Amino acid sequence: MLRTNLKHVQSTAEYNGLLSDGGKAAIVCGRMGPMCIPVYGAMEALETKYPDVKFFDMEFDAPVARETIRRLPEVQAFYGLPFTVYLKGGKIVHATGGIQSKAQVKEILDHKLA
Amino acid sequence: MDTRWDVIVIGAGAAGLTAGIYLGRARKKTLILDHGTVGGQMILTYAVANYPGVPESAGASIVQTMREQAEGVGCTVLGHADVVRFDLSGPEKVVEVDDEGTFTAPVVILATGGVPRRLGLPSEEAFQARGISYCATCDGDFFTDQDIVVIGGGNSALEEAVSLTKYASSVTVIHEFEEFQAQPWAVEEARKNPKVRFLTSQEVVEFAGEGTLSAVVTRDKRTGELLRTEASGAFLFIGYVPNTGWLEGVVALNERGEIVTDEDLRTNVLGVFAAGDARVKRYRQITTAVADGTVAALSAIHYLDELARAAA
Repeated sequence: MLRTNLKHVQSTAEYNGLLSDGGKAAIVCGRMGPMCIPVYGAMEALETKYPDVKFFDMEFDAPVARETIRRLPEVQAFYGLPFTVYLKGGKIVHATGGIQSKAQVKEILDHKLA
Repeated sequence: MDTRWDVIVIGAGAAGLTAGIYLGRARKKTLILDHGTVGGQMILTYAVANYPGVPESAGASIVQTMREQAEGVGCTVLGHADVVRFDLSGPEKVVEVDDEGTFTAPVVILATGGVPRRLGLPSEEAFQARGISYCATCDGDFFTDQDIVVIGGGNSALEEAVSLTKYASSVTVIHEFEEFQAQPWAVEEARKNPKVRFLTSQEVVEFAGEGTLSAVVTRDKRTGELLRTEASGAFLFIGYVPNTGWLEGVVALNERGEIVTDEDLRTNVLGVFAAGDARVKRYRQITTAVADGTVAALSAIHYLDELARAAA
């Protein structure tokens, strides 16, 4: 399990539940590595400022990631951790690969999940 | 959160957290801010092997300990704090942080560190995480059995080139000069690895590909000839630049953008000190940042005590 203060998505059923409830969510799929830790931190910092968005992490090497996020067409061109996906209305509305700053995440939340 | 502090430290890397530990122990009310994740470049370091007294550890682990030490002596540490407005010129310094409010203090310590140097090519931005990476340990396994390049000629570049041969079919080191800046042992390690080859005196002019990276185009600095190297990955290790762009005209900077200080780490602005990789110095290590943080904090404590004596 990732050592973050975010809620963890640990099963495919949980992931599918997030999609089917149609709400707004951001999931950071990564490891406890140098490019991922800053993105978890940015999400933690933004959690209280976006009460309508649910923030999660997912362990990149866990079966749940192989069965869900790592299979998405949106991430097939990514060669950098973490993979971050944004959900709204039961769909993936945006995805990023690699390190992102808090400002970059805010920009996505304000425009793609508005 | 309180708005008035004795000291505001801008930057929560090794220098900033160390300054906080000393300031907190001296009972100075200290706020430590960082625009990114607490830890600075340490958090981006997979393994730290040369920090005395600490066996080889993840940078993140050392950061966690330093943060706990700073918070344990009363510092408030705030990560992902974007400074949107500041005025360091008067006796009371003002720092406004997005979403958090406006803070004041008679002393500011600038410990803003460095940021990885980029080539600055438009195509570099386009292929980030689509073939271009800055972390071999994070992204190396995406390039298993593929041809990749490493750009740079220092220790990091050559050490990471060797480590990436665990995954890649071949690693081409592209360097802009004829000679490497890396230590001889690092060059020798790379030269004896059969998967590593070298292209020297090459200036990168473009990253190419459809959606993902497929080639790196360079110009030979001796002949001007363009060369296309097929590669699905490019790892950049071309050093760091001081994170001081926002300080132009605020404190004295040298021609490389480094903050100019005296021996006690005072800047040219009264009540403003600087520590760590953002200031003028030759060697940039966690140990030297920690030393800077100590000196800046002790100088700041002396300054605050003098102010208090003068006011009494």
